[in-house]
Amino acid sequence: MADTLFHKVWNAHRVRVLPSGQTQLFIGLHLIHEVTSPQAFDMIRQHGWKVAFPERTVATIDHIVPTSSQRRPFLDVMAEEMTVSLERNCREFGIKLYLPDSMEQGIVHVIGPQLGLTQPGMTIACGDSHTSTHGAFGAIAMGIGTSQVRDVLASQCLAVEPLKVRRIDVNGRLSAGVYAKDVILTIIRRLGVQGGVGFAYEYGGTTLDAMSMDERMTICNMSIEGGARAGYVNPDETTFAYLKGRKFAPAGAAWDKAVAWWRSMASDTNATYDDRVTLDAPSIEPTVTWGINPGQSVGVSERIPANADPEALAYMGFEAKAPIRGTKIDVAFIGSCTNGRISDIEEAAKIVKGHKVARHVKALMVPGSRVVAQEAEKRGLHQIFIDAGFEWRGAGCSMCLAMNPDKLEGRQVCASSSNRNFKGRQGSPTGRTLLMSPAMVAAAAIAGEVADVREMLEAVPA
Amino acid sequence: MSRILSVSGHGIPLRGNDIDTDRIMPARYLKVVSFEGLEKHVFEDDRKTNRGPHPFGDMRYQDASVLVVNSNFGCGSSREHAPQGLARFGIKAMIGESFSEIFLGNCSVLGLPCFTADHDTIEKLQSLIEHSPETAVTCDVASGVITAGALTFTASMPAPVRDAFVQGKWDPTMMLLDKFDEVRSIGQRLPYVSGF
Repeated sequence: MADTLFHKVWNAHRVRVLPSGQTQLFIGLHLIHEVTSPQAFDMIRQHGWKVAFPERTVATIDHIVPTSSQRRPFLDVMAEEMTVSLERNCREFGIKLYLPDSMEQGIVHVIGPQLGLTQPGMTIACGDSHTSTHGAFGAIAMGIGTSQVRDVLASQCLAVEPLKVRRIDVNGRLSAGVYAKDVILTIIRRLGVQGGVGFAYEYGGTTLDAMSMDERMTICNMSIEGGARAGYVNPDETTFAYLKGRKFAPAGAAWDKAVAWWRSMASDTNATYDDRVTLDAPSIEPTVTWGINPGQSVGVSERIPANADPEALAYMGFEAKAPIRGTKIDVAFIGSCTNGRISDIEEAAKIVKGHKVARHVKALMVPGSRVVAQEAEKRGLHQIFIDAGFEWRGAGCSMCLAMNPDKLEGRQVCASSSNRNFKGRQGSPTGRTLLMSPAMVAAAAIAGEVADVREMLEAVPA
Repeated sequence: MSRILSVSGHGIPLRGNDIDTDRIMPARYLKVVSFEGLEKHVFEDDRKTNRGPHPFGDMRYQDASVLVVNSNFGCGSSREHAPQGLARFGIKAMIGESFSEIFLGNCSVLGLPCFTADHDTIEKLQSLIEHSPETAVTCDVASGVITAGALTFTASMPAPVRDAFVQGKWDPTMMLLDKFDEVRSIGQRLPYVSGF
């Protein structure tokens, strides 16, 4: 029978139906970090439980890690304590941990794919809502809370309920200056921040088919911002090419068997969906949020809606019907699990090259992982940012959620390539975030205000 | 594990859609290795920046145990610190138009029933509590019947979650470990676990 990837993966991992009626789902890959795991390990210890499959959990630190100097001990006493706690827990339970002294350290959703840990057909869980990122490989990947981290540690399983599946087709070519970030912001604008509640989003269509894995990760990453706990793209040749040769990807004879299995897990062409939505890629323009949730966005040439939410306008200090373009910014942040990969740095570098950051703007470029940073440095991209006046930092979550020293101050406005423009998200209770693509952040950093990256691209030789 | 059959107590109305977990528990309070004391920081920034008094800072609601919210409550970050803070504040049940998926999962595992009802009903309940904070709000888990003064309505909850509360099986770890041979056999059947 024709079926979706979601159902095939779900069925392959369903252990049983629990007495409560929930599904006991086997989790193939468990990723943990320092913020949402310490209490889970304490609960395991209190009950005298073991970690059921320690080899199926991988740990890193990303949220609290400073990006200026990553030398231990960290200056922030709590950050150091959380790191020590994770080290102790991983040692005690036999879990692989990547710290900043390892080349493999980085944002958990950047290193999983980079190491080839993330593979098609898997179930993946992590105590972090942006776990949906890993769906780009055709995995069912879900964010969980700390008690559920405990459950996965103890049993490698979760008690969960199935989701409905909404197919989202995006067709056609994106215009120059329009990126995966603009596509997902447009999807969320159209379907709303609550539109995906109860759904997994399956992204497809010719636009997605043509996208790199980095771009697909950007799309899947923000599924949760549209309310969808999981989002995925069916695995294809692009997926396999990305995985081949990576540290934990299958090799030798296992590779061909793996590819055959991965192909078999993709949605069948005549699969039926609970809902379908289609978007036209050429109509998407560079997109910028004006409000306090990721659904409150407009194209850069548009004005803030006449019926804009008054609470959002009051917080942002914006007026309905005002243009978003020309909004003065104080800070520019490129990075995060949404847009901290090598292709994001490349696209931003094209804009930045030969320009200077506006004098009143503080600009941060934070690679998503040490490997990403190293690759950028090998290509000399870091120098482009440094020459322009950006601060080139070490890998981590940084100003996406400001659990490290990188924070907004007062009512600063930040052009940010991250995923959330919630009130207070970037560390100042009154700070303001404008979400956009890395190239748009680069353009805003140079102009000192929200600018249309398409005009700056015209000046860049192809 | 205890059965959760009914929750009753004073209500606390919190108006607004899409209230995210960053607002419930600002990220700086996630720099901890335990959940203790988080109740002090619930809605800390909203309480400071709100133009009017925030319900969580309002003395009339300080002993409340039933939180009444609008739609998509708890969206955003998966941080369990948010429902842990609410629970430690004294919240034992929530009634809202809708809840975000991850937040709902966290609440279920913590034994915090979350009921849903339509917009008009929620507004009525919020207004009633604002007008008479001393009203007892009673939530019957099995039937979903909510009673508050003269207001009575039936709210809903996904059946498996409701049954888990009623049967005292809402903390799933023991159940997940119960048939561990089946977990092992699924592991063995999955090609990527066995190395293809």
